[in-house]
Amino acid sequence: MHELPQQLANGLILGALYGLIAIGYTMVYGIVQLINFAHGEIFMTGGFGALTTYLILPSGTSLWLALPLMLVGGVIVAVLIAVAAERFAYRPLRGAPKLAPLITAIGLSIALQQVVEQFYPGAKSGRSFPQLPGGPYVFGPITLQPADFYLFIAAPLCMGALAAFVGKTRTGRGMQATAQDPDTAKLMGINTDRIIVIAFALGAAFAAVASIGWGLRYGQVSPAMGFLAGLKAFTAAVLGGIGNIYGAMLGGLVLGVAEAMATAYIQEVPGMQQLGGGSWANVWAFVLLIVVLLVRPQGLLGERVADRA
Amino acid sequence: MRKSSLLVVSIAVTGALTLSACGSRGEKKAGDDASGSTVVTIGVDAPLTGPLAPLGLGIQHSAELAAKIANDTKEVPGVTFKVKALDDKKSPQEGQSNATALVADKTVLGVVGPLNSGVAQSMQQIFETANLAEVSPANTNPALTQGEKFETEKKRQFKSYFRTATTDAIQGPFAAQYAYNDLSKKKAYLIDDKKTYGVGLVAAFQKEFTKLGGAVAGSDHIDENNLDFSAVVTKAKAAGADIIYYGGEYPQSGPLSDQLKKAGVTVPVMGGDGMYDPEYINKANKNAEGDLATSVGAPVETLDSAKKFVADYAAAKYADPYAAYGGYSYDAAWSIVQGVKAVAAANGGKLPDGARGKVVEALSKVSFDGVTGKVAFDEYGDAVNKQLTVYVVKGGTWTVAKSGTYSG
Repeated sequence: MHELPQQLANGLILGALYGLIAIGYTMVYGIVQLINFAHGEIFMTGGFGALTTYLILPSGTSLWLALPLMLVGGVIVAVLIAVAAERFAYRPLRGAPKLAPLITAIGLSIALQQVVEQFYPGAKSGRSFPQLPGGPYVFGPITLQPADFYLFIAAPLCMGALAAFVGKTRTGRGMQATAQDPDTAKLMGINTDRIIVIAFALGAAFAAVASIGWGLRYGQVSPAMGFLAGLKAFTAAVLGGIGNIYGAMLGGLVLGVAEAMATAYIQEVPGMQQLGGGSWANVWAFVLLIVVLLVRPQGLLGERVADRA
Repeated sequence: MRKSSLLVVSIAVTGALTLSACGSRGEKKAGDDASGSTVVTIGVDAPLTGPLAPLGLGIQHSAELAAKIANDTKEVPGVTFKVKALDDKKSPQEGQSNATALVADKTVLGVVGPLNSGVAQSMQQIFETANLAEVSPANTNPALTQGEKFETEKKRQFKSYFRTATTDAIQGPFAAQYAYNDLSKKKAYLIDDKKTYGVGLVAAFQKEFTKLGGAVAGSDHIDENNLDFSAVVTKAKAAGADIIYYGGEYPQSGPLSDQLKKAGVTVPVMGGDGMYDPEYINKANKNAEGDLATSVGAPVETLDSAKKFVADYAAAKYADPYAAYGGYSYDAAWSIVQGVKAVAAANGGKLPDGARGKVVEALSKVSFDGVTGKVAFDEYGDAVNKQLTVYVVKGGTWTVAKSGTYSG
């Protein structure tokens, strides 16, 4: 069991990554009740945006200087794609049966993946991502990488900024109002179209921040990276209570830790040798989701929503 | 009104599609074309997109090169070879439907591919039923030729299946001997990707490694869709092994090695031919130094027979390098050319009816000096060439550590 602290740290870092992506799912769902399955691919384009920024900088630029610019580049790309998706793929379908935008989202996700794979040079086999210098840093039983610090800092920072934005600003209050009842909010003079665009843009920005964390941690970005990451983030959002931004973060952390624990310890439970190890991490993640949905269908932090009339 | 016009349009479209489908089905059978020469197609099945595309494209172009050379030198008088390459996206389902498509094309008399052992499993029966020869340049799982019980009772599985690459039953032990004898490694941690190739390779390694006296410090599996190996890495680190043996391919093992080294595991990672690719070093982000991989055959660049291949390949200016299996793919395609040649020669210079089955028979008798050495197949369809090479990452490139022939 002496590896427990390290496994916990692994889980929390992975969880922070999931949580950051999950915020985008949760916000969009909270406001338009749409599960944006293309969000994972928006996360992926953010990573490629950041990589492109790095590649057009003069070679030899210090990463400490490049990283903020990569953040800007990644966020711009992801936000542009998310806003365009909202404008051209989802807005025309607003008011249509819920299945229609859901199918569009799946189509869009496949399209984005294929476009990057076909047109980004060398993307077929994944492109390597610049690495932060230094490390590993050893703290007793825990070894951390520079990329882990990036995620540990970025996740709470993004959460705090989002909470302040939603709670303190006019636009944020407009978001809350739109989430509660879009029609009444419109009558109160809130530009709900603008609010929805902002929700998409914010979600995409956090996804881009996460995708740089992904690139730094795994040393590469690839067109396929959005699929499973998006699915996990969606799981995290549902686990935490979809529509609840704190829930997204908590759901992410729980999911990440659960995966790490499942990989490390389920094999040691007598009779479970066949059901443990790294290849089963995904299975246990989704088992956890099912259990939570059975026991607490609204998710960990979700409130039981009364059916709207 | 609008509805009925829609109906008309949809009927028309469906009708047109059906007609065109019928039209394409009857395609030219291996017959004479205008210039009086017979067209024979060599099918290729490999992953041409996705993470393994560099390997797959190398297979495709090497087969194209073989066809080109056969045409240029008029290797088979009166026969023009062309290549039809299909993408299996490393998926057994895609491979299966490609196999069906290749069988349906009557001009196809032999197929080069696939890359993955798991894909081969799904294609073998289809080719067998159609009596169409399949020569894989890269499958290494022993069960493909010798059956699941290859250790105790070998039994040929499919008479239409051949391969120019040697098997994991040889590659695994060869790696284990190198790790134990040459590197003096005594404690191995085993990781695989739970696929046909990876599991078989690790099992073969483990058997020989423990037989020699080595110990297994622990084992784990990874999910090939995941990139986060931190939990597995932490376990491997705690196990205190002096070598990590991985069964699988470079899209996973590169990042795995990277994450292991970053976590402070300083022991080398070793793997099979699925790892022996320049992309492995890229994906490991400069953390691959000292890692090892075995690969089938002798290094292509060092053989005299291969120098012409390397030069011809460069001259043909393909967009992608020939990669790890280029030489084997060329030899696989060339063995089909030789098979066709033998069949035509036995029939007065013309291809007979039922040429496919005759090519299969001819293949079991081919023997020539190929790019990778002597090319011929034994009674199971396996290559008689049992040469292997251990490569080590030194200065950011794969360099030869030891080349030899496995002998029990």
